[in-house]
Amino acid sequence: MHGTDPAVMKKAIRTYGVIGGLLLLFTVITVAVNQVHLAVPLAITVALIIATIKGSMVASIFMHLSHEKKWIYGSLILTVLFFIVLILLPNLTVSDTIGKVSPYTAAAEHATEKAEK
Amino acid sequence: MEIPYTVEPRPDSGLANGKLGIWLFLASEVMLFGALFSTYILLRVGAVEWPHGELNVWLGAINTVILICSSVTMVVAWAQLKMGNFSKGRLYVAVTAVLALVFLVNKYFEYASHFARGEGPWHSTFLAIYFTLTGLHGLHILGGVVVMAYLVGPGAGLWRRNAEQYTNRVEYTGLYWHFVDLVWIFLFPVLYLL
Repeated sequence: MHGTDPAVMKKAIRTYGVIGGLLLLFTVITVAVNQVHLAVPLAITVALIIATIKGSMVASIFMHLSHEKKWIYGSLILTVLFFIVLILLPNLTVSDTIGKVSPYTAAAEHATEKAEK
Repeated sequence: MEIPYTVEPRPDSGLANGKLGIWLFLASEVMLFGALFSTYILLRVGAVEWPHGELNVWLGAINTVILICSSVTMVVAWAQLKMGNFSKGRLYVAVTAVLALVFLVNKYFEYASHFARGEGPWHSTFLAIYFTLTGLHGLHILGGVVVMAYLVGPGAGLWRRNAEQYTNRVEYTGLYWHFVDLVWIFLFPVLYLL
């Protein structure tokens, strides 16, 4: 965390302004890329990369995560691990197709049938 | 009895209790929104068809700009209080609350236009997850407004008694607010653009 030295805090305020400007710029880029109508997988990749960059800037600068205490890093590392499990587990369960038709396969077959029609 | 470690850091963690508390709360919030994002992925990947262009991208983009600006004003409020500028700090918290209200007004118009067309959460899987995610996010915005209104209004008296504790409260509210902004940074492309 910063000290209360006014010179340091004024510099920090300038940094917050620059980061805010960059976040707005990235938002404009996100919307502009959407107007180009890229292929869906590429559009998803680009949008999520930009969102991750923006999220990292908010977390590291605005939430001061770039210089925090180890207890906070520790609790966040645990959270990230559980978050990954939370995101993956239900999707892995759906991927278990033993004895049933995978919904992904069903969706792909439906899309193929629709395209053939 | 006075609550210990509201200002001075605990010797074991090096943190004031409130700071560790708000981070643990945010960790639980990550899991709450994570569960819903996981649900979204599950529904989308398994869906035969997924609608595109159902939402107003410009309204979503304007709300993104509003939330980014509110994050900047919130962190500047904390910096001003750190420098001992109470009136400026309080003004920036008030501006943040106003921006949050503008976000909610935009969201109201967006919801109203959907309901006017009969497009409620019952209409499709996409709208069901859209209303769930944005509704929960909207409740978080509302919660933030209530806390900020307290800090600007009745809670501001704490500055005279204990300026550092008041500054810490603004910092913790700011951490919550940046998290709410962070969630929207992902909600916007996921729901409006993809």
